Amino acid sequence: MKALLLMGCPELPVQTAAALYIANKLNCEGFEVTAAGNKAAISLLLNSDPEKHYIKKVMDIDRCIGALAEKKMEIDLCFVFIHSDSGISYLATVKSLSKAKTVAVIFGKEIEPLIEASGDSVIIAAKAVHNPTPLRAQIDGVKSWAALTR
Amino acid sequence: MNYEILLPNSSFKECAEYIKKNFMEVYYVEAGFKIFDGYLIGVPPIPIAVDGENIILPYVKPCHGCFVLRIPGKEEVERMRKGK
Repeated sequence: MKALLLMGCPELPVQTAAALYIANKLNCEGFEVTAAGNKAAISLLLNSDPEKHYIKKVMDIDRCIGALAEKKMEIDLCFVFIHSDSGISYLATVKSLSKAKTVAVIFGKEIEPLIEASGDSVIIAAKAVHNPTPLRAQIDGVKSWAALTR
Repeated sequence: MNYEILLPNSSFKECAEYIKKNFMEVYYVEAGFKIFDGYLIGVPPIPIAVDGENIILPYVKPCHGCFVLRIPGKEEVERMRKGK
């Protein structure tokens, strides 16, 4: 099983923590995890996990969208990190390009409009900017990510 | 790439509405549509306008929201008109 973490702008500190936390859960379930993001988002991940215990593979977000569009990349589960309208656009793009089950990981101060715009994706949402604990509690509420792909 | 920003730092919806409202010749494509060696990001159907020899499209940046760009591109204009 292959999982993709599609990260947006890393201006909110909880994003990197949540990505590593989810990656750990996915690794424990046997997923092959790839993280995609812009240069800053990837740099934060790699500096937080220098020996790649949690994130085994990273790629540029534009290259990732290109690989999905060209059908050169197949995934079973995709977590899209959303704290702004741009995140909703990326979520819609992944849904359009892939049959993967999508999980909208929503955080920030104003999460309600983002939840509404996330459609039929699985929603993991919490008002969180600096403190990842509320988001972690939502992530822990899902007992098996693999079950979502069946 | 040579481009002009027609609408900066907006939501994708605002950019899509801007294109539909301000241009006569509008085509609709799926997310991930390849144009100018890039892949369009957005909520489909994504409007792309043709204005003379220019393409007008919404461009999403993860950190800066969505922009409406006018980009000169005779070949892409012809491709849009042929529906390819």
